[in-house]
Amino acid sequence: MSSVSATVQDVFNEPACPKNAAKSEKERKKGCTKQLQPGGAAGGCAFDGAKIALQPITDVAHLVHGPIACEGNSWDNRGAYSSGSTLYRTGFTTDINETDVVFGGEKRLYKSIKEIFDKYNPPAIFVYQTCVPAMIGDDIDAVCKAASKKFGKPVVPVNSPGFVGPKNLGNKLAGEALLAHVIGTVEPEYSTPYDVNIIGEYNLAGEMWQVEPLLKEIGFRILSCISGDAKYVDVASAHRARATMMVCSKAMINITRKLEEKFGIPYFEGSFYGIGDMSDSIRQLAQLCIDRGAPQEFMDRAEAVIAREEKLAWDEIMSYLPRLKGKKVLLITGGVKSWSVVAALQEVGMEIVGTSVKKSTKEDKERIKELMGEDAHAFDDMSPREMYKMLKEARADIMLSGGRSQFIALKANMPWLDINQERHHAYSGYKGMVDLVREIDKALYNPIWEQVRTPAPWAKASDSWQAKADAEAAREAAELAADPAKAEAKRRSKKICKCKTVDLGTIEDAILAGALTQAQVIETTHAGSGCTGCRGTIDGILEDMAARGGEVIELDPLQAEEKRRAKKICNCKEVSLGTIEDTIRAKGLMTVVEVTAETEAGGGCESCCETIDEILADVHAKDPVPAMAAE
Amino acid sequence: MAIVSVTKKACTVNPLKMSQPVGGALAFMGIKDSMPLFHGSQGCTSFGLVLFVRHFKEAIPLQTTAMSEVATVLGGYENVEQAIVNITNKQKARLIGICSTGVTETKGDDVDAYIKLVRTQHPELADIALVYVSTPDFKDALQDGWDKTVAKDIETLVKKPPEDVARNPKKIVVLPGSHMTPGDLDELRDIIEAFGMEPFFLPDLAASLDGHIPDDFTPTTLGGISLEEIADLGDASYAIAIGEHMRRAAETLQKKTGIPYRLFDRLIGLLPNDAFIAHLSEISGKEVPVKFKRQRSQFVDAMLDGHFHIGGKKIAIGLEPDFLFDLASFLVDMGCHIQAAVSTNNVPILERVPVESVLVGDLEDLENMAPGCDLIITHAHGRQASERLHIPLFRIGLPIFDRLGAAHITSVGYRGGRDLIFDLANMFIANAHVVKPDTWYPHVAAPGEAEHATAAASH
Repeated sequence: MSSVSATVQDVFNEPACPKNAAKSEKERKKGCTKQLQPGGAAGGCAFDGAKIALQPITDVAHLVHGPIACEGNSWDNRGAYSSGSTLYRTGFTTDINETDVVFGGEKRLYKSIKEIFDKYNPPAIFVYQTCVPAMIGDDIDAVCKAASKKFGKPVVPVNSPGFVGPKNLGNKLAGEALLAHVIGTVEPEYSTPYDVNIIGEYNLAGEMWQVEPLLKEIGFRILSCISGDAKYVDVASAHRARATMMVCSKAMINITRKLEEKFGIPYFEGSFYGIGDMSDSIRQLAQLCIDRGAPQEFMDRAEAVIAREEKLAWDEIMSYLPRLKGKKVLLITGGVKSWSVVAALQEVGMEIVGTSVKKSTKEDKERIKELMGEDAHAFDDMSPREMYKMLKEARADIMLSGGRSQFIALKANMPWLDINQERHHAYSGYKGMVDLVREIDKALYNPIWEQVRTPAPWAKASDSWQAKADAEAAREAAELAADPAKAEAKRRSKKICKCKTVDLGTIEDAILAGALTQAQVIETTHAGSGCTGCRGTIDGILEDMAARGGEVIELDPLQAEEKRRAKKICNCKEVSLGTIEDTIRAKGLMTVVEVTAETEAGGGCESCCETIDEILADVHAKDPVPAMAAE
Repeated sequence: MAIVSVTKKACTVNPLKMSQPVGGALAFMGIKDSMPLFHGSQGCTSFGLVLFVRHFKEAIPLQTTAMSEVATVLGGYENVEQAIVNITNKQKARLIGICSTGVTETKGDDVDAYIKLVRTQHPELADIALVYVSTPDFKDALQDGWDKTVAKDIETLVKKPPEDVARNPKKIVVLPGSHMTPGDLDELRDIIEAFGMEPFFLPDLAASLDGHIPDDFTPTTLGGISLEEIADLGDASYAIAIGEHMRRAAETLQKKTGIPYRLFDRLIGLLPNDAFIAHLSEISGKEVPVKFKRQRSQFVDAMLDGHFHIGGKKIAIGLEPDFLFDLASFLVDMGCHIQAAVSTNNVPILERVPVESVLVGDLEDLENMAPGCDLIITHAHGRQASERLHIPLFRIGLPIFDRLGAAHITSVGYRGGRDLIFDLANMFIANAHVVKPDTWYPHVAAPGEAEHATAAASH
């Protein structure tokens, strides 16, 4: 039995992950997860991730070994639906106390397992390790093994205590637990050439049921869904499937790949979101079955269902066209892939004025660009205030995002729709996309917006939340303009590498200290050793610094100003700072969009849009008249 | 603009409506030391009494002239006279509020004349206030009996002030509609007092039927606006009427005393309350207190949080006209679709209810139109339809006999509206439509049929 750290290492070494494959041996060892920043982290822990991944298995008891915080504070808060047992929603925890911490919690765990078998008689129990018992050295593997032997039923240890890492590591550790203890332990009664696995689908809000009936109609047998609406025996017999579809995320890539490695089950990555994606996924799944011996006619059957359902869905969606045409959407999402939604929204005539690409891969970004054209705004990460600014600037009519950003939209009195995993509506498959369009229509046309945007009769415009946010932004900009030291500190504090939280100042210092190549900068600062996305920026900094001769040379004010103005802001379109500043002043420009329209800056790779935004703020802070006039 | 139609049925099934005298009696119950008296047979009173007891869960003062068969035929003067004498002697009432009923209206008893006769026959009763309202059961409904009674109270009981009366700038008359609960009145009182003004509610159910423990056994009303206070209303500086049906009372007051009034036909929802608060700020000359700014902000937030659950819901609603107008408008403000609206009698305000059509009908009509709705909103008698249709019932109005706290349901003001949103949203959350494996594709092949290669190949 491998240790947690060995498993973690194994998980990090994921050959099927293209990002991972691009790294050096040393970087790979450090793992693929972002380093958490104390005081600045907000995600879930590895335990959370493991529990999320496995809890949708409906008929097993999910027992959390730990103090009450781990289960007591979080139980029954996921929207994974079951067609049968509801045992998965029952909260089981050992709720260890001080005595357990001193003397060990293994006995309590064993007794808990016994009680659960006595009272609930589940086909299996999953035992989740948490931080405290891991720290005091409770050996849940040994307890589970002993309990399994004693009670004659599987007791599966899930070794994913919170401190080993974030949520997505927990997802993978959960996968490891299934591979080690569950998958391959049960043989299905019979096999067919149409047996498939669906991995990474959690049946949130019942989404699987928007897909499963069609797959069944075509003739597929879903041998095992990991883990939405799954039964233990289904998961245990996943190794006999003919093909695997990995849904959307890379969260469970390790199971998928190891099923291929160990049992020869081919896989593809697909999505049920969006009409085109749904159809493509069905075709790919059918093709994999055909490749492994299913008759060629199987594809005809699939195509017949696809044709019928696509027509039904488009007919319904088009009925919303008159109401939704020309409405502007801001799409902030990591969950439902941005581009799968974009197609449907465009079909009803909606305009996507911006989208986030925070969790999207490079291919996703390319695809967004393809769909939305060069004019589209794509953002990496946005602070709430930036998002609000965006809502205002883009004059969006509705924002679609995850639950965490809802309050920005709502407090800005902007219609909002939840399209992430916490949502209560199912948006999968053909019917789901129709439902999404219907929900957008419902949110947009809700009459409350006009009411909540009406200021109180006694209110002064300057008292509003929005006015204050704008004033705050202006004040901050003015302060920076007035205080060069502070402005310099702010400039230096700009995050370059988001994975390793390395700021510009650190990199500049490293370069001054002698790191003269990208590799040296990465070596000394770790910047660029995560997702590698910022390596281009690092090159830019190196060039800048080289141009400055590696040190700050005192220049006379005129020369300095000239040099300052000559700085290339947009490398794609070769636009200098001076040009941008002059244009902003001359034409009274207020937004990045306007600057791009006038100067072309930001019209290429768009990486300088953020900088242009800062320039706008600087110019307006020094010369606040146009800002006031525009209000 | 709603198209108002009247049900063509001969037979009312599961009535929504309650009678006019009941509304009259309720209005008298908001006056201190009063005893409502139905001029009719015993049953007229007893049914009304039971209705109120079950709703308020309080002792209810309500008397009867106990018209017998003979008295009904020959005329009820003696019954009215005896009832007045007995109530004065036994219950020590200071106001006797007489409502006619179907029986005595059919006969044509001239109660105004009876009262004149009683006055001459019984000089010892000179101190007893007598107010008579004609409220035939066969016409109109509860809210009409209420408004006629309030108007008659003003006509009879309010002293006409001198031309040059010095108006008290802090004194406000509030004429609440019959749909205002004691909880609503308490909320309005708090709001008005926060502007440094003193409201006088006519009638004031919050002081009588708010479910408090009386200091003493009292056979008459336990509280309410006093006769002296009513008599002196004339020096108030403003009047506020709530609900379109209170226009008659407000006009009567203005004509008699010169008090200008403003009528609020809605007090549920954001903008109606903005208008209300702004009006109070204007007439009091005071700035809006901070607490209302906070409450407004809470209300807006409740709208934002609530619209996810309330928006797009289909509603079947049955209420008296003014309450229907207020609540249905609010529901539409929140994004609901009113699929069925039923009311009790045909009055102009029904045309302003923001729905396609309003039916003057009964709960059977509502039940017939409700299938497919997400919620039924009416009084407690909606429960049968709710059970039969498996649609949840939101109880509001009168009577609510199978739940506690009917008197304190508050929907006016920012706080009332906020809580109403939460109650409605919680109802939708509790009854959320649960998706099942066959929700989207109910007729797709069962698992057993789909898994054979032959089946796939043969197609």
